[in-house]
Parts: sequence; C-alpha cells; structure tokens
Amino acid sequence: MRLKIQSFSISNSQAVVSRDESLVLYEDMVLGRVFEDMCAQMYYRGKMFGFVHLYNGQEAVSTGFIKLLEARDSVVSTYCDHVHAVSKGVPPRAVMAELFGKATGCCRGQGGSMHMFSAQHNLLGGFTFIGEGIPVATGAAFSSKYCHEVLKESTPNRLDVTVAFFGDGTCNNGQFFECLNMAQLELWKLPIVFVVENNLWAIGMPHLRATSDPEIWKKGPAFGMPGVHVDGMDVLKVREVAIEAIARARRGEGPTLVECETYRFRGHSLADPDELRKPDEKASYAARDPITALRKYILDKELASAAELKIIEKKVDAVIEDTVEFADSSPLPPWSQLLENIFADPKGFGIGPDGKYRCEDPKFIEGTSLSLESCLPANHLHRCLIPSESSIRPNSIKVRHG
Amino acid sequence: MIHQNILLLLLPSHHIAFGAQAKVSPFSPCQANHRLVAFFPHRLRSSLSRPIALASFDSEILQEGLNRVLPAGSVLPKKYSTSAKEITVREALNSALDEEMSADPKVFLMGEEVGEYQGAYKISKGLLEKYGPERVLDTPITEAGFAGIGVGAAYYGLRPIVEFMTFNFSMQAIDHIINSAAKSNYMSAGQISVPIVFRGPNGAAAGVGAQHSQCFGAWYAHVPGLKVLTPYSSEDARGLLKAAIRDPDPVVFLENELLYGESFPVSAEALDSSFCLPIGKAKIEREGKDVTITAFSKMVGYALQAADVLSTEGISAEVINLRSIRPLDRATINASVRKTNRLITVEEGFPQHGVGAEICMSVVEESFEYLDAPVERIAGADVPMPYAANLERMAVPQVDDIVRAAKRACYRAVPLAAAA
Repeated sequence: MRLKIQSFSISNSQAVVSRDESLVLYEDMVLGRVFEDMCAQMYYRGKMFGFVHLYNGQEAVSTGFIKLLEARDSVVSTYCDHVHAVSKGVPPRAVMAELFGKATGCCRGQGGSMHMFSAQHNLLGGFTFIGEGIPVATGAAFSSKYCHEVLKESTPNRLDVTVAFFGDGTCNNGQFFECLNMAQLELWKLPIVFVVENNLWAIGMPHLRATSDPEIWKKGPAFGMPGVHVDGMDVLKVREVAIEAIARARRGEGPTLVECETYRFRGHSLADPDELRKPDEKASYAARDPITALRKYILDKELASAAELKIIEKKVDAVIEDTVEFADSSPLPPWSQLLENIFADPKGFGIGPDGKYRCEDPKFIEGTSLSLESCLPANHLHRCLIPSESSIRPNSIKVRHG
Repeated sequence: MIHQNILLLLLPSHHIAFGAQAKVSPFSPCQANHRLVAFFPHRLRSSLSRPIALASFDSEILQEGLNRVLPAGSVLPKKYSTSAKEITVREALNSALDEEMSADPKVFLMGEEVGEYQGAYKISKGLLEKYGPERVLDTPITEAGFAGIGVGAAYYGLRPIVEFMTFNFSMQAIDHIINSAAKSNYMSAGQISVPIVFRGPNGAAAGVGAQHSQCFGAWYAHVPGLKVLTPYSSEDARGLLKAAIRDPDPVVFLENELLYGESFPVSAEALDSSFCLPIGKAKIEREGKDVTITAFSKMVGYALQAADVLSTEGISAEVINLRSIRPLDRATINASVRKTNRLITVEEGFPQHGVGAEICMSVVEESFEYLDAPVERIAGADVPMPYAANLERMAVPQVDDIVRAAKRACYRAVPLAAAA
C-alpha cells in the first residue's frame, strides 16, 4: 500500500462546509476550550484534584473527527479526555461533576479526570497508560467486525467505526505497533482510525529527541495501511481527512493512520511548569489557534455573522457556568459506593449487599451457574443484540439488553 | 496368601517410590493398593503379626517379589476402576471450550497457536476446523496487543477467551489484565463490564527454567476486579472453565501443564453440557479430622498423596482443593480448621506474599481460638526456578514436605532438613 500525502488547499472561492456544519464545528470547539479553561480555574480553586490534563489548542482534532461520527461509533481516548467526552456527546455537566468527584459524574466519581467512560455515548475511556487505549480501541473495532460477519448483525456494509486518539509519545510504544499490525491483518482489516495528536511534546520530552524517524504517518504504510499527515490546527483540513478515513473504515477497507500536527497551549498537566518549551514556539502555534482560524473562515466565507458567533460563545459560557453550579451542588458519592461495581454480577459470584462475597453464604448454590434475570440493567455496551443464549441453555447467565 | 502378603508389602513401598515419581496422580498404584488392602482387613489382621516398619524395604526387592507373583506384562490397575468415565484435563478443557463456543456465538478464542497448530498444548484441538478462523484466531506474538483487543471486544459484549501460551507471557499483557480488564467496571461505575477469560498454563513445568516456571496465582489474586480460578481435576477444569466463560467479569484461569495429561474420573453430570461449578467455592477432596491441608492446582494431587501417607501413620488429613483463589472460600477453609484445629497451606509459588499467607491470615483472623498449632505455609523456594533437575525438585514442594509439615502441626515432628 503506497503512502499517501494529502495536502488540502481550500479553494478561496467556495466553502467546504455548509453554514450549519460550520456552526456545529465552531460551537463544539468553543465548548471544548471554555470547558478546559474552566477546569483550570476550578483546579486552582481546589474543586478539582489529582491529575488534570487539558486539551487547549487541540480542539480541531477532536471536533474534526468526532463530529463526523454516529452515536454507535466509538471513541477511545487517553488521560486527556475531557474534550473527547464532550465532543462525543457526554453532557458537560456529567463531565464536570466527574471531575469534581461527585456522584452525578458520568462515572459517579469513580473514574475522575483520566477515566471518562460513557456506555451510552460509546466513549470507552479514559486510559492513563500510554498506548493502553489502542488495543482496547482495536478490540472495539474487532467487535464491530465480528458482530457484522460472524453474528450477522448491524447494517450490511456499514460497520461501526472506532476512533482511537493518542499522542506522539505513544507512537514509540510497543502496543501502538502491535495494533497497527493486527488491525491490518489479512483476515481482520478492522474499522478503526488511529489518530495521532502530535503536539510535539510528551511532558518534557520533545518528539524529535524521542523518535528516530519523527514522521509518524510513515509508520502506517510500514504496516500496509494509508498514513496521512494533516495540519491539526485547521479543523476543516482535519475534517476532510476524517471523512475519508471514517468512510474507508465503515466500508470495511480497514484502518488508517492519521497524524495531526497540533499543539497544546498549556502544560502537560496543571502541575507541569512547562519550562522547556520555548516562547516563540508557543507564540507561533498560538497564532494558529484553531478557533480563531475557523472564526476567520466563517466570517470570510460569510457563513455567519460575528453577532451569531458571539451568541454561540455566550451560550457556551452559560452552559459552562451551569455545569460548574451543577457539579458544585451535586452530592459526594455515598460510602456504600466504595464496594460497588467491582464485579458486574453482585447477585452471582460477586459482592452481596452486605459487602461480603456471595460465595461465603453457606446456602450458595452448587453445581449450576445462576440466571441473572433479576440482576441490574445491562452494564456493557450493546452492539451485539442477538437473542441471549438462554434459549439454548436454560441455566446460563443471560446477556442483558437495554 | 502369598498374594496378599505381597500386596501388604507393597503398601509401605509407595512411600519410598514417591521421591522418584512426583507426578503420579492420586489414583496411582499406592491408592489402588490401599483400597485392595482395605478389602481384606480381616485377612490382614490375621496374617499380620507386627506392623511392618516403614522405609525398611528396598523397592527393587519388592519389584522382584511382584514379578515373581504376577506374570510380566500384567500390571496392577493404575486407576481404581469405577463406573465413572475418565477423561484427561486436556480433554476436559477442550470439551468445555467446544461446548461453550457451540452454545454462544459470541464466544471466541484468541491466542498464539490456538488455531492451525491445534493449541500449543493441544487444548484447542479441533476447534479451528469446527468454528473457523473468525472464531479461533491465531494471533501474532503480541500479548499486550491481543489482550487489549480482547478487552475492547469484551466491552461490547463479546466473550473472548484469551490464551497465553504460559502465564509467564501474561507479564507482557498484565497492564490490560489489571488496568483495563479488572478495573473497567469499577472506573466506569458499572457501565462497562468485561466478560473475558484469560487462560493458560501456570506454574512450574519440568526443566523449563526460571522464566517459564513462575506461579502467578498470588499476583492476580491480589487484584480486586479479577476472579482467579485454579482447577485441579478434569471435573474442575470443565466446570470452572464453563463458569468462567459464562461469567460477566474478567476471569484469570490458571491451568497447569503437568496436569493436562492426567486422567480423572468424571461423573455423567460433569459431562453434561450445562455443567458448571460455582466460582468461589472450594471442594473438600478428602475428609479428615486431624489437620487441614489447603492446596490448589497440581499441589492438590501432592496433598492427597501426603494425606495417604499420613493416614498410614494415624493422622487423618482433610484436603481442601481451593478451586478458586479469588474469591477465596474462606468459609470452607475456616469451617475445616475449626474442625481439625490445624492448618497447612500448600502452594507452588514463591512464599512471600503468597496465597498461603492470605489463607493463614484469614484463619488467624477468623478462627484463632480454634487453632491448636501454629498455621504453616508450604511454598516453592524463594528463588527463581533453577534448571538442574535435582535443584528444581528442591525448589518445588514435594509430598515429603507436606507430610513433615502436617506432622509438625500434629506435634509429631521429625528434625527438619537443613534450610536452603
């Protein structure tokens, strides 16, 4: 598979997006930016704690890809996942409450900043280990293919796509290469897009120092898939590439590696003094702020007026204020939550309501596994909705739906 | 009469023979002889003027004696015959995989050599032909990658069985077993569960050296969010693997390479396709009243042999096959210790922070007043596994070690051998 370098020159005369699309993109990016700025404020006020990694400056990548996805498509992120969550549709209130560690958070305060999960929105985390999300994303793509081909589920020729986001440092990690290899295997050709958010720095380690061949997009063709480099500070360029990559995956043609050259305006985390990056580098990327660029584009192409954009910005401000109020006023998790959800089946072999393991009950049933009909509602993502195997095996654990 | 005398002489000889035949199954000649002798107790007593001293016969003499009585080529039955069918652990695992894959199309098997090679240890023999390459997936050598892929697939309700060629290689994937499989349900507050099984041989094999011989029971059993199973017999293998595959949580299924070829009788119930054993429930393999010996995996066989030896010395040992080391069946263990008042734990892995340490502490916490002797744990030597056969034998618990420890607990101690 020959490598492809795609350069996108946007024609001056015609917009590549419709008015509505452009406003959706604008609002999403502004939401991401204001959300992250509010996180910084809340962190310094002590409402948020632990490790917090902010996405300022990289919004074009998140918005450019995620706004093209359908609800059934999945996103797998890293510890820098707030904006991916919000773009994917997780309510900002739920994300902010999660950051505050409240019971109303999307993970009820169990996950925190680095572990955003939402089954409803197919957001699969939230992983701290570099590269850890890539195999999980590959597995999610595998399940899409499996459901389609083995279980004969889902619409023909339309696979659910998984988008995995990760950074430049990850591209030197073993799991990255393992998954590039496996996603492209003859029999597999998984519906996944590997999106590298190359912001040139892994905490204080610059990409050029850490990598023998710094052009990450070239690593795609090494494994037989297209590798694309795109300007990650321009949401429209990202979107053009994303349209193709996602369509490719959906058609069953396999994975794509997309390297987005982007930049984070803040440090690696809120604890990072960010002393190693030079001011002129920061200034040059600040001049390429994706929100400013899109705003300019919208106004130049007369897709909307400045006043309309101002309305959007005010709306976003109001939404973020509301999320903070909501998170502030939400309750902390109850003590009982500490022992919950270690296992999926509290009535089976897991923990009972008294906090002890069920199997310690002398009346524990022997010999057959329990039916879980009366158990809690489904707690895994439901892509494969075939009838449960209970019709085949009366004693089996039932697959939960809904 | 000569025949019975020969059999009687054979009874103590198994004790000598053990040092050389550490891998004999519980249904070895010794047990067969034991039972045959039991059939003629009245004759025994009449023909016996004094008990025969242990370890005073050379096994070669006995073997000669046996040859005089029995024609060459005829052997004592290796297994005590029952009406039950016997299957090897390998067959048990294979049939469990086959049945579960047949019943639920969401179950698939993934690992190195599981397909065309028929399984590195032939556990997945025949499955590729039956289910095709989409459900029996040969992977490249990418433990971290395919363990994580299994987790991602499990997020979406598929039921992957990830095979590690040995659990030593799971070290390359341990991030996924613990950080994404074990913790996801908790981190997501119950939104996403991971119905995955990680299985493969665990613990020491024979002469495979330090990097292929570690027992990972204690490591995985340490982690909340995992269920860790350690089957011993064929019935265990079948029932627990089926339970693991059906379980909606991540299960680490620790098999043992040396047990794969061992045959065990299985009841008709165990051969039924809906047979399943509960996770978290230990089995009392042998009832006794003087000392409780807990063990898992291969060590159950050793513990049973030790119990045989002990019974000839008047110590009745209760052997508990843990089957599940997380959750640990503390109730059964404690109930047993409350009955016998003495505890020995046996494991193959390293002693520090091991499974035995946890069991001992559980008993001290819950049944201290019932203890008549200090609790004791027998574990492998605190060294990476050496290669030389004699050193390897010293690095893994042997039946003698269990017998000595039980005697210590019963205050019938013999001087300890010099410690390493």
